[in-house]
Amino acid sequence: MSYTLDQRQLDRIEDILKADLVDNGVRCVFLIDMAGNIITHMDNGEKQHDIYSLAALAAGNFGAVSAMAKIIGENEFSLLFHKGKKENIHFNKISSEFLLITIFGNEISLGFLRMKVADSVEQLKGLLEPLVPGTDG
Amino acid sequence: MAFINLKNKVIQVKIVYYGPGRGGKTTNLEYIHRRFHDRIHAEMVTVKTHGDRTLFFDFMPFDLGLIHGYQIKVQLYTVPGQPKYNATRKLVLRGVDGIVFVADAMAVCRESNVQSLRNLQENLAAYRKNLATLPWVLQYNKIDLAEQGIPVLSVDQLEQDLNRGFGRPAFPASALKGINVAATLKKIISLAVTSIREELM
Ligand SMILES: Nc1nc2c(ncn2[C@@H]2O[C@H](COP(=O)(O)OP(=O)(O)O)[C@@H](O)[C@H]2O)c(=O)[nH]1
Ligand SMILES: [Mg+2]
Repeated sequence: MSYTLDQRQLDRIEDILKADLVDNGVRCVFLIDMAGNIITHMDNGEKQHDIYSLAALAAGNFGAVSAMAKIIGENEFSLLFHKGKKENIHFNKISSEFLLITIFGNEISLGFLRMKVADSVEQLKGLLEPLVPGTDG
Repeated sequence: MAFINLKNKVIQVKIVYYGPGRGGKTTNLEYIHRRFHDRIHAEMVTVKTHGDRTLFFDFMPFDLGLIHGYQIKVQLYTVPGQPKYNATRKLVLRGVDGIVFVADAMAVCRESNVQSLRNLQENLAAYRKNLATLPWVLQYNKIDLAEQGIPVLSVDQLEQDLNRGFGRPAFPASALKGINVAATLKKIISLAVTSIREELM
């Protein structure tokens, strides 16, 4: 099973991520699927990360935490946050198949970031949900 | 679940190396990393325990280059083979486009090969996938051990045990010496890409 996104769809997605996140000071944002594929990736040009490895680990990490949720009787943890000294990473589930990941510094508050991420997620849902029938998992 | 980016003309393909613990999955990726360093622009990511065993997965992106105007980015994964890590093994299979089943040709591993293949079928079923329709190949690894007088299973025996009813491409190999490692990889990528192309048409 595969799925495609065309120029118009990807432009729309990138517009949303740019306006909500990159223009608000997020260092790096990427949209991935639960298989670990990268749908789109944007950054403020400061730092180059190994995005393919990050995506693979992020999908694995999110999958592992979801499996833990099931074991303790939670339906899911729809968002995750890892705090570092200078860099923080935030994961937000968009649907059963997609995940939005942001990397940001301490100049942005977690509350503000969450609000902006929630805005993006709301808009992305409508675009992404029709793409993939939720057969995986 | 390959993702095709029509804007940038990139196709991402997920290949998983599966098989019993210590069969040589990680060694396959290590060899590929050495041999194709010009196509791999990252270090191999590995999530492992103190004992150096794969805990979650190994991961390595591999740039195949252009096929029909599309850039093919292959994501190579291995799973942890030990029975107790089934939860993580299942996670890695999510959205898989092609599988290399690495069997351990040592005679003492006969039963664990069969069990691992059965486990693969069970885990695929959870994603409503199966070995009848998914692109996959077999690799009979560690054939070099025969030279040292260590009992190894014959290819006939391995075919009987693992490939009966499937008839998939199978490669006797030595991941340690690099024998048929590239051939195995080439075959699975070609099968996976063909299957994605057929699906799109
Ligand atoms: N003789 C021999 N040893 C191998 C071969 N492939 C792997 N090994 C050894 O088998 C052990 C387990 O290999 P590893 O790749 O970690 O197995 P994995 O658990 O499937 O990832 C290591 O000590 C490897 O050096 C092979 O082709 N021949
Ligand atoms: Mg391993």
